[in-house]
Amino acid sequence: MNLDELYQEVILDHYKRPRGAGLREPYEGESHQVNPTCGDEITLRVHVEGDTIADVSYDNVGCSISKASASVMYELINGAKVDDALAKLAEFTELMNSKGQSEGDEESLEDAVAFAGVSKYPMRVKCALLGWKAFQDALVRAEASIPGRTDA
Amino acid sequence: MEAASKLDVEAIRADFPILQRRIGDKPLAYLDSAATSQKPVQVVEAMRRFTDYSNANISRSVHTLGAEATEAYEGARAKVAAFIGAPSPDEVVFTKNSTESINLMAYAFQNAAFDAAADPRFKLGPGDEVVVTEMEHHANLIPWQQLCRRTGATLKWIGITDAGRLDVDTVDEVITERCKVVSFVHVANLLGTVNPTSQITRRAREVGALVGLDASQSVPHIPVDVTELGVDFIAFTGHKMLGPTGIGVLWAKADLLAAMPPFLTGGSMIKTVTMEHTTFADAPAKFEAGTPPIAEAVGLAAAVDYLDKLGMANVRAHEKEFAGYMLDRLETVDGLQIIGPRVPIGRSATVSFTIDGVHPHDVGQILDAEGIAVRVGHHCAKPTCARFGVNATTRASGYLYNTHEEIDRLVEALGQVRKVFG
Repeated sequence: MNLDELYQEVILDHYKRPRGAGLREPYEGESHQVNPTCGDEITLRVHVEGDTIADVSYDNVGCSISKASASVMYELINGAKVDDALAKLAEFTELMNSKGQSEGDEESLEDAVAFAGVSKYPMRVKCALLGWKAFQDALVRAEASIPGRTDA
Repeated sequence: MEAASKLDVEAIRADFPILQRRIGDKPLAYLDSAATSQKPVQVVEAMRRFTDYSNANISRSVHTLGAEATEAYEGARAKVAAFIGAPSPDEVVFTKNSTESINLMAYAFQNAAFDAAADPRFKLGPGDEVVVTEMEHHANLIPWQQLCRRTGATLKWIGITDAGRLDVDTVDEVITERCKVVSFVHVANLLGTVNPTSQITRRAREVGALVGLDASQSVPHIPVDVTELGVDFIAFTGHKMLGPTGIGVLWAKADLLAAMPPFLTGGSMIKTVTMEHTTFADAPAKFEAGTPPIAEAVGLAAAVDYLDKLGMANVRAHEKEFAGYMLDRLETVDGLQIIGPRVPIGRSATVSFTIDGVHPHDVGQILDAEGIAVRVGHHCAKPTCARFGVNATTRASGYLYNTHEEIDRLVEALGQVRKVFG
């Protein structure tokens, strides 16, 4: 078992210095996700302007993998077009489900390819996906709350 | 009293093939027996022999195999009854685990609500109270919590002191005349606290409440005698006491079982059936609807034999000494806080801890890389975690096969944790 592969420098760096952390206003969608097996939690907000993710803000407690993953996600999707962010979500989810068979596309996933090693540890895949799951859910809520659809 | 030396741990380890396993290139140090224990060859062999030679359904066939299977199953019941000092095997109900055993009790109250003729001891409604503790495993919290929600009764609990003990000073005030049932944990699965029972059972008697124990973490580790304990029911599970998964036990006093409505209904729990009506079999059959875990009962009986041969007093002495060693050594780790009693008195060999600035998941991963298996998370005891202001802990738990050397490896590996995350 190679721990260096799991705990790559880039992961430890994001864990110790998370980017974009903290909850901010304004936002249209908020999601709270928990990992019931370990008690990890994240509250994440999405602010959408037009077709752009104008801000992603979050507050979380958890292990190095879940915290670093949220930080890396922030860098990838903050300021991105909604469609691009959803594409990254799909790509990262696929990488996490690859059971160590994929290295990930560094062009597109940037620092997130460091999580390729995590995909070999089934117990940790949920940790890596927690923030992404919150983003997906918050985005759905944000889109449901656009003016004129307040009944949603 | 050199009771600890009465266990020949090396000889015991030879009975557990899994303990020879390597994780990567490291020998396994299994410190997660509070989650599930390992099984000795004697248990696996007994189940295999039964399956290869005597397998049949029980209590319904006249053929030889059917008779052998019934005898094996009922023999297991008698063995378990003797192991916990039950006056009669008929007071032992086989379930699938502790969770089901406790639900069976809780549903006796809930089902009584729909039966005008039900025994008043099981009648629960607004104004009545149910008491648990703050250190319960979810298995002995949620069934009672939901029962109260449905019946309008009030759930109350005995708190935990900063030292990780039950706040027994409040017992008289928490358990009042309105209390119908007290169900509390004998040995806490996260804190490792061994709870004194007499004060609570005395108070429960005083107010006329039923009183029971979640004995999941006690029956495998300490001598348990239901008559001495003076309780009305206990729940425990096979897989934490060297037995297989899929079988648990509810022990309850005969007169209670007789008064309790059934939980699951169906085959094998009946006297007569028409299209309109059913009369139920006597306990324990009344509570064992459907084909029960037969091979598992055989395995559990073999586990009981194994523990009996070692002697539960010797097992307890070994673990007490082991707990003392583990506590002493863990206290030497920088930044480590023990959650639960810090002395090996009134505690089991299950020790939860946190390490400053490092999440338990990461601790568990680093330990796994060293071949050390511990449990990380909230251990199905979220209210206990909340009481101590943590989301999760790392928990190392010992059993009759664990050695000091494994603790030394744990402590050394915890040093690595600080290096990676420091």
